[in-house]
Amino acid sequence: MLSIRNIVKQYGSYRALDDVSMEIEQGSIFGLLGPNGAGKTSLIRIINQITAPDSGEILFNGQKLNQSHIERIGYLPEERGLYKKMEIGEQIIYLARLKGLSTDEARRRIKMWFKKLGIESWWNKKIEELSKGMQQKAQFVATVLHEPELIILDEPFSGFDPVNAEVIKNEILELNKNGATIIFSTHRMESVEELCDSIALINKSHKILEGKVKDIKGTYRNNTYLLEYAGSKAEINGAAPFTVVEENNTGDEYRLKLQLAAGGDANSILSHFMAKGHISRFEEVIPTMNEIFIDKVNQMN
Amino acid sequence: MNKVFLIIRREYLSRVKKKSFIVMTFLVPLLFIGMYALIGYLIAKGDEFGDVKNVTVVDENGMFRDQLKDAGNIKFTYTGESYEKAKAGIIGKEDAYLLHIPVATANTEILSSKKAGAGMVSTIEDQMNGIIKNNKLIAAGIDTAVLHRSQSHINISAKQITKEGEKDAGTWIAYGVGFLCAFLIYMSLFIYGTQVMRGVIEEKTSRVIEVIISSVKPFQLLLGKIIGVGLVGLTQFLLWIVLSIVLTGGASTMIMKNKADTAQTAIMKTSPAGQAAAMNTAVEKSNDKDMSVKIMQQIQDIPVAYTVFTFLFYFLFGYLLYSAIFAAVGSAVDSETETQQFMLPITLPLVFTFILSLNFIINNPDSSLSFWLSIIPFTSPIAMMIRIPFGVPLWQLGLSMALLLGGFFFTVWVAARIYRVGILMYGKKASYKELAKWFFYKE
Repeated sequence: MLSIRNIVKQYGSYRALDDVSMEIEQGSIFGLLGPNGAGKTSLIRIINQITAPDSGEILFNGQKLNQSHIERIGYLPEERGLYKKMEIGEQIIYLARLKGLSTDEARRRIKMWFKKLGIESWWNKKIEELSKGMQQKAQFVATVLHEPELIILDEPFSGFDPVNAEVIKNEILELNKNGATIIFSTHRMESVEELCDSIALINKSHKILEGKVKDIKGTYRNNTYLLEYAGSKAEINGAAPFTVVEENNTGDEYRLKLQLAAGGDANSILSHFMAKGHISRFEEVIPTMNEIFIDKVNQMN
Repeated sequence: MNKVFLIIRREYLSRVKKKSFIVMTFLVPLLFIGMYALIGYLIAKGDEFGDVKNVTVVDENGMFRDQLKDAGNIKFTYTGESYEKAKAGIIGKEDAYLLHIPVATANTEILSSKKAGAGMVSTIEDQMNGIIKNNKLIAAGIDTAVLHRSQSHINISAKQITKEGEKDAGTWIAYGVGFLCAFLIYMSLFIYGTQVMRGVIEEKTSRVIEVIISSVKPFQLLLGKIIGVGLVGLTQFLLWIVLSIVLTGGASTMIMKNKADTAQTAIMKTSPAGQAAAMNTAVEKSNDKDMSVKIMQQIQDIPVAYTVFTFLFYFLFGYLLYSAIFAAVGSAVDSETETQQFMLPITLPLVFTFILSLNFIINNPDSSLSFWLSIIPFTSPIAMMIRIPFGVPLWQLGLSMALLLGGFFFTVWVAARIYRVGILMYGKKASYKELAKWFFYKE
């Protein structure tokens, strides 16, 4: 869908993006991650053709990115806002017309979306009369109204209460199901794990990690297991295929973190502890995206 | 192009629909006319508003007794009392004046508890000079009747000779028209330039800018905004022009009709024998009193189409040139309070030209300084408007317009390069160095 190749962007003496490449698959939800100032916004602006790269190129469905693609992209910027004095219906029509929709078509679709989000009665309200959350909903409608093939969402959940965040999340998933590719820039790692198929991590103008969420997490597995049981303390001798990394107990409740030796079988842990008491929990410890993110960024620094 | 049109439409409609626009459009001409009417009225009736000034005259050689005529609110009374006694009489009394004319008239003085106004003193001086002069002429043996006839009132009317014949040069009207046009352009460059700047800052602070420029190019937005606001200005001016032509047109026909009527009735009323004399007075009257008719005639002599065309041209391109710079300034800051440091270089040429216009160009419309100021794009919109009513050679007008057009394209190009970077910069304190850097950024 979108192929980003060797992008370099220089602002004066500051290099915002240094040889950044990534592939975004058709129909995927792609997480663009990175700490503040890493270069995410610069990259998004280049995809939106707000600025142009100094070198490198972007292919949209195999075609070099050009002005005709603008109408096929929807963009919800992190720093968002609308004209405060304008009425909301009129304003979204205006934004939609800038994306190439006709007035009638825009009006029809806005009515549909407003109904869906339960905000039909707002049509003649001015933006300044609305709460922050309401403004965000309106802006979300403006972003997706022209049914873009590629939707770029920069921190889409900021400013929403949990209930409305859920509403928006479901709308995003539905858009994706209907064929839209979504680029999702965020710091909220739990939403990354929930939504994203693939991610790219940018730090200090460089891409430092890219891949499918499942694969990345796979490579970060290190044979660590968490075990909870009630019973007596287990004596572990050197012959066992694992070592105890951490041990906590309150009364006869034990909570252990175990490191399985390379090539060892997880079942051997279970069989070892089955004799010691009643096992209530056993799972492989896979690092969260948050941990991977922090770990990767710290490695770089 | 379609997108630029959409932007123009929004910028235009969102401003024209505002109540403040409608109020401004209809109220300003009325306010102006009302203000001038009030000033004219106050000047004309000024004397009536002042208190009556009682001047007691102590004339020690008797030459002026009963000769000084009450004028306006000055009332003369004559007294035979001695100077000292009369002086004691006015102490502590407001609006009581003592005119003391000693035998040596050159030492005349006026005494009062309040300071005597300059207008009052000069009125008395003029009257006294006149009386002394008359007395001397009579003493020299000149007939009073001859004396009376010898008095004259002259108004010079300036005429320009052109191929088509003579025409009234109408210097005063040229002053007025030039000043008015220059003043309007001066004001509107600020008013509409600031509107553009505010619009840019609004888009930046409300953060709508990033949404917009993901759909259109920054230059399209800049162009749309400038043209939209410019059309608002044009709409306002056209309405003002139409309103004032209707109003002055109505006023002038009314005044002209009135004057003609009075002159005619004056002639009709007198017997055939006295008609010649009446004619004379009527003509004399129309010579020194009927300035209003003259002014109206001169106003009608103004080439309206030419003046309106040049005015609109200089307004439009002067506005386009300056508003592009205003927009660049707006893009460089986060709030209106930060614009201060950039405003001086914009306002300086305007204020400089405007002040020079009033003090120099209007008196020397053909001097070389006036020429240069009306050629340089940054000063020409104001300077040229001052010169237009005095007549400007066609080649100068052409050169000035061409340079203004060129200046407009140049500033828009420079401003757009700063603008495209500035609108996306937040929280960065912009300096001139920073602006220069933005200018050289690649697309």
